[in-house]
Amino acid sequence: MPIKSILKLEIERVSILDEHGNYDEKLGAGLIPDADIVKLYEAMSSCRYLDEVAFKLQRSGRMGTYPQNMGQEATSLAAAYVLNQDDWLVTCYRENCGLFWRGVPMEAILLHWMGDERGNAMPRPHFATPIAVPIGTQMLHATGLAWASKYRGEKQIACTFFGDGATSEGDFHEAANFAANLDIPVVFCCQNNFWAISVPGKIQCSAPTVAQRGIAYGMPCLQVDGNDIFACVYAVKEAAERARKESRPTFIEMVTYRLGDHTTADDARRYRDQAEVDVWKLRDPLLRTRKFMESKKLWDSSKEDAMRQRIEVEVNAAVARSEQIVAPEVSDVFNYTFAELPSDLAQQRDSMQTHSLASEATVRSEGH
Amino acid sequence: MANLNLVQAINLALIQEMEKDDRVLLLGEDVGVNGGVFRVTEGLHARFGARRVVDTPLAESGIIGTSIGLAMAGLRPIPEIQFDGFLGPAYDQICSHAARMRTRTRGAFTVPLTIRVPVGGGIHAPELHSDSPEAIYSHQPGLKVVMPSSPYDAKGLLISSIRDPDPVIFFEPKRVYRAFREEVPEDEYTIPIGKARVVCEGTELTIVSWGASVLQCMESIEKSSRSIELIDLRTIFPMDLEAIEASVRKTGRCVVVHEAPRTGGMGAEVAAQIMERCFLYLEAPVQRVTGFDTIMPYYKLELSYMPDANRISGAIEDVFSF
Repeated sequence: MPIKSILKLEIERVSILDEHGNYDEKLGAGLIPDADIVKLYEAMSSCRYLDEVAFKLQRSGRMGTYPQNMGQEATSLAAAYVLNQDDWLVTCYRENCGLFWRGVPMEAILLHWMGDERGNAMPRPHFATPIAVPIGTQMLHATGLAWASKYRGEKQIACTFFGDGATSEGDFHEAANFAANLDIPVVFCCQNNFWAISVPGKIQCSAPTVAQRGIAYGMPCLQVDGNDIFACVYAVKEAAERARKESRPTFIEMVTYRLGDHTTADDARRYRDQAEVDVWKLRDPLLRTRKFMESKKLWDSSKEDAMRQRIEVEVNAAVARSEQIVAPEVSDVFNYTFAELPSDLAQQRDSMQTHSLASEATVRSEGH
Repeated sequence: MANLNLVQAINLALIQEMEKDDRVLLLGEDVGVNGGVFRVTEGLHARFGARRVVDTPLAESGIIGTSIGLAMAGLRPIPEIQFDGFLGPAYDQICSHAARMRTRTRGAFTVPLTIRVPVGGGIHAPELHSDSPEAIYSHQPGLKVVMPSSPYDAKGLLISSIRDPDPVIFFEPKRVYRAFREEVPEDEYTIPIGKARVVCEGTELTIVSWGASVLQCMESIEKSSRSIELIDLRTIFPMDLEAIEASVRKTGRCVVVHEAPRTGGMGAEVAAQIMERCFLYLEAPVQRVTGFDTIMPYYKLELSYMPDANRISGAIEDVFSF
């Protein structure tokens, strides 16, 4: 028998607004109304300014370790823009821009990184899950959340975000396999920012694209320019429609770049060249969106200045509110462990507030 | 002799073992070019090259699973899991394979690997970067669990761990990483696994502790007018029961201090061993000063969770006033 080829693969890449401001009128037709692109740009700018402020807060000891989102604002924002308010948005920790668009207050994110669980309890839209810190774990939750919607016969879908490094974790592969084989309406968005802390993308994936990982699981997949909000909107829209109509997952590789350090505890100069960063600075999603708006007479420097002032007031007010929140009660360490606190934990809680656990135990033993 | 902190002492031990033995290699997330997120492997990639200091894909199960294979093939891998809270995905490989291999093959296959893991709280880290899971792995038969509290001990214990024929989890208390320096011999030396250290001698009460909590115990002892003996277990499993027994028979009183949650923590094991070995010598019940049976809080409340000198002093007084 002659050996024959049984599968030929092709990965599509979507780019609508390139780094020079060139815009594909055909693909982009009717994609984002003019009024909306202005709002999206403002949202990215606001998120960017929060990053700058958070960095300074950390450096001056007013915040713990913080992961900047700088350079990656367009990806999650596009998803939040496309999705319905009741679709699940299941993120890790570099999706502030999408979460803010969804309505998660800035204080929620600030408090979380200020070492306060109450950040996760701020009044927020129900369908955005808390930040997932362990890498690559949340895609399975997204698959389960979307599965619940399918189970109930509802049209709600889930969209989950993770990095290129996360695709090395077993959980990613399990999530993709479940979603594809059980027909779950979930959209997998991989933010390929080329660096998992110091480890370059080629250590996570030696195939030409991360996108093609979807092929192995039998799900549609594509690559988009992740710094192009139009391309991201295009891809998520298509994937969301597929999920809603056919209950099928999609894998989207969003190619972007982490302009900052991994977190404030990291120093990226140790492992990557400034020349590489400089190239990506030119591909910044904010820059090209601004160029686009200016070319369409939607934006000018006076609008930029006015926006900047608004943003500073907005972000600084959120920081002030976060810092004014009184310190948590130490009893909070216990009070959310279970719906009903077991008696031994209640004793531990009470002893924490008085003297020591040992004194409780001694008092008890003397009583016998 | 050199005046080193815990990070530097571990770094030195790694260098010396790697120079001596080509079978020793390091692997993990960011251990290479970046020198580890705590800089413990600083300079080793430049010194030994990418063959022996390997930046792996971001996959803890993969790091430990491949280390098991490397070890079964006769190498001496030293995988790093970046933080205590990231051990989860590797649990299956550690407990279902590394710990059992010798037993289930009756010694035909062995897994001589040393898993380095930064451990514990107190450094304002985000969630899942501050846990103390030593009891979980001490409860798994087939694993040795080591946690030094000083640069000198860290170097000697790490060399022993690397040379040990069985899997060792080597927990490095983050809070101690840069807390202080001490004289560390540049020549190689080993400290036996399973041997405790008497940090200071005393006659009236024994404190048993390990890891970063040892420093809080020392602070409490300095403030106390009592004659207190402090035992740093150094190895949590196998535990130096003889050292505990000898000390408690002498003092008749004991407080156990650890950062991990209370219930089922290794303090319970210490107390049970004392009951079995020293019951008639005891002047008071053994007391525990521990973390609580809760999730390790985010950092605003972490110091309320972790045993501090005040809580330890309170327990000491309670024992004396029994």
